[in-house]
Parts: sequence; C-alpha cells; structure tokens
Amino acid sequence: MKRYKSVIILLAAIILIQLSAVLLGKAFLLTQLTMSAYYVLVAVGLCMVMGYAGQISMGQAGFFAIGGYTTASLTTINFAEKSGTVLYKLLDSMGLLISKETLYGDMHIYLNPWITLLAVILIAGSSAYVLGVPVLKLKGHYLAMATMGFGIIVYRLVLGSKVFGEADGISNVPAFPLIPGLEVSGDFQSRISNYYIAWTLVILGMILLINLINSRVGRALRSLHGSEDAADAMGVDTSRYKVIVFVIGAIFAAVAGFFMTHYNGGIGPSEAGVLKSVRYVSIVAVGGMANLWGALIMGLVLNFLSLRGVFGHLDDAVFGVVLVFIMMFMPEGFICKSFWKGLLDGVRSLLKGKKSSDGISAVSEGVSGE
Amino acid sequence: MSAEQVLQYIFAGITVGSIYAFVAIGYNIIYSTTGIINFAQGEFVMLGGMISYSLSGVMPLFPAIVLAVIITSLVGGLIENVFIRRMRKTSVMGMIVITVGISILLREAALYIWDEQIRALPFFTGSEISSVSIFGARISPQVIWVLAVTSVIVVALFFFLKFTLSGQAMRACSENPSAARLCGIRTDRMVNMSFMISAGIGALGGCVVSPLTQTHYAMGSDLAIKGFTVAILGGLGNPIAAVAAGILLGLIESFSISILPMAFKDVISIAILLIILVAKPSGLFGSSQASALKDY
Repeated sequence: MKRYKSVIILLAAIILIQLSAVLLGKAFLLTQLTMSAYYVLVAVGLCMVMGYAGQISMGQAGFFAIGGYTTASLTTINFAEKSGTVLYKLLDSMGLLISKETLYGDMHIYLNPWITLLAVILIAGSSAYVLGVPVLKLKGHYLAMATMGFGIIVYRLVLGSKVFGEADGISNVPAFPLIPGLEVSGDFQSRISNYYIAWTLVILGMILLINLINSRVGRALRSLHGSEDAADAMGVDTSRYKVIVFVIGAIFAAVAGFFMTHYNGGIGPSEAGVLKSVRYVSIVAVGGMANLWGALIMGLVLNFLSLRGVFGHLDDAVFGVVLVFIMMFMPEGFICKSFWKGLLDGVRSLLKGKKSSDGISAVSEGVSGE
Repeated sequence: MSAEQVLQYIFAGITVGSIYAFVAIGYNIIYSTTGIINFAQGEFVMLGGMISYSLSGVMPLFPAIVLAVIITSLVGGLIENVFIRRMRKTSVMGMIVITVGISILLREAALYIWDEQIRALPFFTGSEISSVSIFGARISPQVIWVLAVTSVIVVALFFFLKFTLSGQAMRACSENPSAARLCGIRTDRMVNMSFMISAGIGALGGCVVSPLTQTHYAMGSDLAIKGFTVAILGGLGNPIAAVAAGILLGLIESFSISILPMAFKDVISIAILLIILVAKPSGLFGSSQASALKDY
C-alpha cells in the first residue's frame, strides 16, 4: 500500500483542483488541465525510457502522431455512403459501427473507436519494436539522431500525404464513447467528466509504471542504468529490456495521441513536429530524468502554462531556456530533494547572516553534494 | 529523361549536397576535438545567411559576408565558453540535451530578430536568370560559386590541420586530450577554436547557398539532421569523405524528386541515415578499425 501513497495524494489533488476550479467559477481551466493530462501521459512514458532505461528518444511526438492520425483517419471514414458494400455488412454484423446524426441531419456512420484504439496500440507498439530492435543498439548521439530521424519521417509523411490532410490535418473526428453516457469529446457539457477521464488514464498509467519499476524488469533496468556491461555480465538481457521499455513508452505516447485527438476533435501536423519531441525531453529533464513524479508535475505545470498562452510567442524559447538552464545548474532536475534542501540551507544561512554563502552557490553545492 | 535533364539534376544535387557537407564538416571538427555532436550546427548556417543579409543592406556584399562569418564564429566561441565548457563532466545525454537547447535558443533569437520572412542574399555574379551552359545543362553561376567555396574550404582545412601548429594541436586533442595537455597544449583553447571554426564554416556555407536555397529562421533543425546523415555516411572525423557523402546524398535527393512527390525527399534521406546507423555506423568511407574505438 505504501507504494501507492503518492497515487492517492495525486487522486486527492485531482479532485481538489476540479472542485476549486468549479467553485471559483473558473471551470474553463479544466480544458487545459485535461489536455495537459494527455501530454503528461507522453512525458511519464518517456521518463521510463530516458530516466529508467537510460535511452534518449527524440521522436516521441512521432508516436503521439501515430496514435492521433491512425484513429483520426479511420474514424472519419463515413460508412453511410458505403452501406451496400461487403465491408460495411461485415463490420455492421459484428457491431463495430456507430451511427450518429450530424448537425445538418445527415447520418454519420463510423468505426467504433475501441477498434481504432486497438489498432493504435498495435501499430505504435510494432513500429516501436521494429525501430527499437536495431536502433537501441546505438548509444548517445547516434540514438538521439536516429530517434529524431524517425520523428521527422513521421512528420514528413503526415505533412505530405493526402490521407492525413497534409498541412490542414484531420478535423471532425467523432467522439469516443467509453461506456454509455460517458464519452471523450470536446463537448462543453462533458468538460468535467472529460477531466476525470484524462486524469484517470494518467493514474492508471502511473500505477502500471510504478509496478513495472518495482518488478523484475525495473530491477533489471536499474542495473542497466548503473552499468550496462555489468548488467550484461550478470545475465540481464539488456537489449530485450531496453526494447520493452521503448515499446511501452511509444504506446503511452500513442494512446495519449488517440485520446487527445478524440478530445480535440482533430489533429494537425504540428503535433508531430521535432519541437514537440524536444518539449517532452525537456519536461523529463526538468522533472529529474529518473523521476516519474517529477515528469508528471513538470508536465502538468509547463503544459498548462503553455496551453494557457502564458509564454506568448516565446513558447518554444521557454523550453529551450529550460533545457539549457536545467542541464547547467540542476542536472538532477527541479523536483529533487537535494535542490530544495540546498535552497533551504541557502535561505537559512542567509537569514542567519553568514556572509560566505549565497543562495545559488548553496544550491549548486546541494546538487553536487549528493 | 534526356541527358540535359540528368545533368541538371546532377548539378542541383551537387549544390544541395555542398550545403550538407558544410554542416557535416562542422560536426567533424567539433566531434574530433571534443566527442560532442553539436545539434546547433545547422543554426550556424542559418545565422550566416541572416547576418550577411542584414549587413548587405549597409555595405557591399563581400565585406558583409566576411563580417557575418566572423560574427557567427564569435557566437560559436561564446557558446562554447558560456555553455559547453561548464558541462564537461556531464553525461552524453546531458550534452545532447544542452546542444538541442542551444539550437532552440538560437532559432528563437533569430525569429525575434529577423521575423518569419524568408530571405535571400543577392546572386554573387549575375542574377536569378543568368546562367552558364555546361554540356547543354543550364546552371546558375552561383552553383559554381558554391562548388568553388566548398573545394577551397576542404583544401584549406586539410592544410590547416596538417601543417599549422594550431591544426596539429587540435588533432592532438582529438587523439588523446590528457596527453595533449601534458605536452603543454591548452585543450580548452583548442575546443574553443574548434567551435569557432565550425561556426565560421557553417556561416560561410549559409552565405554562399543563400541566393539559391533562401534562408529561414527554422531551417537549422532540418540541416542538422541532413548534415548528420552526411557526416555518418562519410564516416565521422573525415572532412573529405563528408564532402563526397554530401554530394552523394544531394544526388540521391535530387533524383528522388523526379520519381516521388517532393514532400518525401526528406523521408528517403533520413531512411538512409537509419539504415547506415544500423548497418554500418563507421560510414561508407570510414574504416571499421578506427570506428571500433568510438562509442556508438
């Protein structure tokens, strides 16, 4: 039970945030909080890959786009025009089609998103596997460039293909009915339920990852991070575990893309851009690399501020500054004990009036002192 | 495809390939003294084009280019001094993250200074419509400029590394930094110099191709990955191989346009990167013996 203490705190915080947003009459903030949750899901998945398996991935936005574009292109096919075809009859007899009346009174018959969710997981998982098996043999710069290359390939494909709407992306993606009465959609009425759907997904993801870290796989990963050669010598199948974690990270990103697309009702090529991938990397770095909760908190804060437009046109620059600043002054991230301890000590000694120490040097001592 | 058309594609490929080679040479110089792949390398090309464009408004073209190259190499030296020098003891992942961060900062600074507009330097000789006929293919005189500058750079770099004291000191640093330090070589200064040289070469490349390919604040990241593909294709640490690989990649891209839609030309070259990385990370021209010492 001790393992889930933080999860319970998170749950309480989620409920508290929702209640205070509604009570303060700021329910509109829930939209950005919901979207942040989906980006957080990508970040915690990447945190497993970067922090725990020690493998950098600069192509996470590519997997996000695979998730979003797969479901968007499949669910926007209107079967109402194809009611005579064999495929239609087959899908209909299996109960895989959903019909809905559009705003203009036409019938929109589309594939059940549960099927596309399955497709998303399969496609993202298998593409991560096919990419990961050869590419994860590389290290450092080579791995970074290879994963970045994968991200650019996905970006170019969605930008250059008619099926994926080229520069316009795909819009009018239908809602995703989870259970009767509960659906993922951008509908104004279902804002609160969507907030809970998104954060429930994050909690489920966190529970899964926490269990993974504390399992045999997690122990193997920790040994791998310490020294790959030593882990190899101890009989840990390092390459297999690296690929497993890479695939898990990719599936997290793709599922996030899937939900985000149904929530927004569309997806555009900017979601697949290199800067989006860099953004996920910076969230993990600022959270402290091997720190799931750090990635979660910083992912929530940074994405929320960015979505609210707090950074204005400096949006991308902020993430660049974050990357440079974090790497230079607090390589262990913002959410780490030594940083706050160092800050606290610095403030304390300032209050005491010791002339020898100022806050910054105490912080850097605190960071390097661990 | 007629013979003239083929020739036209070849010249187009060589031109694009040269710019990739400029980026790849920059990677090589920094990589061989520090073991760092500088993800901000493409940004130097962008800066060269942008700064020389602004300067050409107030002075003749050639002084503007010289000044732009000097300013960009100072920027490169400054980046090493402020960011990279303090990062020596961090992991490779930290190094990647910080150079990516620097590339974003340069790009956003350029967006702030020069806005989103696409710019281009005037043609060095003649204009957009003037052309030289070579074996029936009509090419812009600027292409000849690009080829000439590329060859001068490669030759100059070769002589610099082989015969000057600084060049020899730089090579010593790349072989074995601590031994170089024991011999009295100031490795810090050498690393700083390598950043300045690679920034300057990148900027010069940005100036010569600007009339043909235009300069845009966001062009850096695309060039970074293409330049890396070329550096890997040629085998890291070998400037002449980088030029050969650059031209090869340029030709592949140029001919792919005649078969596939324009948007997919990047897909092909990056697919080549992935294949090379997986199949032969030592590159086409690199020896596998030498690369066995490197850490992939």
